[in-house]
Amino acid sequence: MQKALKKYFAFFTFPTLIAFTIAFFLPFIVGIFLSFAKFTTVLDAQWVGLGNYVKAFSDGNDFLNALWFTVKFAVVSVITENIIAFFLAVLLTRGGRGTNFFRTVFFMPNLIGGIVLGYIWQTIFNAVLRPYAMTLTTNAKYGFWGLVILMNWQMIGYMMVIYIAGIQNVPEELIDAAKVDGASRSQTLWNVTVPMVMPSITICLFLTLTNAFKLFDQNLALTNGAPGKSSEMLALNIYNTFYGTIGFEGVGQAKAVIFTIIVAAISFLQIRATRKKEVEN
Amino acid sequence: MEGTKKPAKVLIYILLIVLSVLFIAPVAIILMNSFKGRFFISDNTFAFPNASTFVGIDNYVNGINKTDFLNAFKNSLFITVCSVLVIVFFNSMAAWYITRTKTAYSKILYYLIIFSMVVPFQMVMFTMSKMANMMHLDNPLGIIVIYLGYGAGLSVFMFGGFVKSIPLEIEEAAMIDGCNPIQTYFRVVFPILKPISITVAILETMWIWNDYLLPYLVLGTSEHKTIPIAVQYLQGGYGSKDMGALMALLVLAIIPVVIFYALCQKNIIKGIITGAVKG
Repeated sequence: MQKALKKYFAFFTFPTLIAFTIAFFLPFIVGIFLSFAKFTTVLDAQWVGLGNYVKAFSDGNDFLNALWFTVKFAVVSVITENIIAFFLAVLLTRGGRGTNFFRTVFFMPNLIGGIVLGYIWQTIFNAVLRPYAMTLTTNAKYGFWGLVILMNWQMIGYMMVIYIAGIQNVPEELIDAAKVDGASRSQTLWNVTVPMVMPSITICLFLTLTNAFKLFDQNLALTNGAPGKSSEMLALNIYNTFYGTIGFEGVGQAKAVIFTIIVAAISFLQIRATRKKEVEN
Repeated sequence: MEGTKKPAKVLIYILLIVLSVLFIAPVAIILMNSFKGRFFISDNTFAFPNASTFVGIDNYVNGINKTDFLNAFKNSLFITVCSVLVIVFFNSMAAWYITRTKTAYSKILYYLIIFSMVVPFQMVMFTMSKMANMMHLDNPLGIIVIYLGYGAGLSVFMFGGFVKSIPLEIEEAAMIDGCNPIQTYFRVVFPILKPISITVAILETMWIWNDYLLPYLVLGTSEHKTIPIAVQYLQGGYGSKDMGALMALLVLAIIPVVIFYALCQKNIIKGIITGAVKG
């Protein structure tokens, strides 16, 4: 069959291949090249070597600040999102009344787009801070915790769904056996359920981690990096470097390459972590 | 919750109900404020509208007019539906070919496409939007090509995984019966792909409908703008911000999502789980 099929490679793959080349492959290759060039319109690119990479770190500290803000945000949000989602999943797999209603409610925010989410929470946080004569952009710490709360609101339901699926896949015999052996509810949870849903935990940790690193829309809508650039995350910092200052397109592209390497490294770790788990099972 | 003691059961319910209220409250507050006059929103966000603050649907009329919202809705719907159909149609074909042939070409193509899933959008946003401009893809029709290429990562990966689970004998039987590969694909394979097609369609819909930066860079704030661009346009513009129009627009942006959720809840949940396990 392979032989017959091979002749049809153009029919089956060209539509995807052509679109992929236009939307991703060429822009990616040209993007790498442009990170070593000075340009404003792509066609006027002039080779400057590593100049853009040096500038990315030397022109003010905004890129490193954005990196630090992103890392802090990633750590805090990954931990809170996963702990809350996991415990909700545990509570909602015990078959109580209203389980479906609760699942529906907790998942709903996940479908709302980042820009809309950002303005919903901006309105609410500003209302909360108003009696103290402050706004969300008075201090970067409000922007930080605001973003953490927003992302928890958005992601908990998503992660909860994956954890519920994981918990429901734990064979009932295992739970029953633990009961027969006299294990308490929390002992069963920690010694049977948690190890059995480890694959789901790995998936959720990486989903939330890459999501936190790539976050853009919510950051843009909630604070747009204010005050100053102090609540700016990596993706927004790169965007502002590109489109905020004329002549810095090359620096923006260099930052984007560094950003890509960071995100790719995280994904690589994820692949290794999930592969290892598969072997163990 | 059999087996749980009664007081504990009550406590869990109270906790879940409190959490539900916290999850619904933000949307409810926005809905409430969308009926208040624009200058009363920031002052008393948590108060119900009363006789002096209630403005009926003024904010909605205002918001719709200021951003040409109905047009944005039309664009969002057109771009999302067409892109998803095109993605499911063409990417599934490519995924089948790539999975069923073991050539260097199909291997390289597969790994390149999978690689694109890992790369953050900022890496290609500048060059991609410049290219879209040069090739005259900066309109609702052209952006479908961009989504076909950029959405390929997720869908080729998921279709490919599914194709591997289909027994080869079914396709070989079709070939022996005289089908050429094109007939085999459309008469035999594509119908089998239905469940994964639904999953891919749901995941790509959730992404494209809410996507902001890609359509903003390709389409701009022109008459081609989508809903997320309209919301950001209203707020990011200069001059005094119209909080009333913003509240109304946020509500209008949420309504289609709620309808979509109500209609496809089961498939969405299934899609999330399949997507997570594969990804």
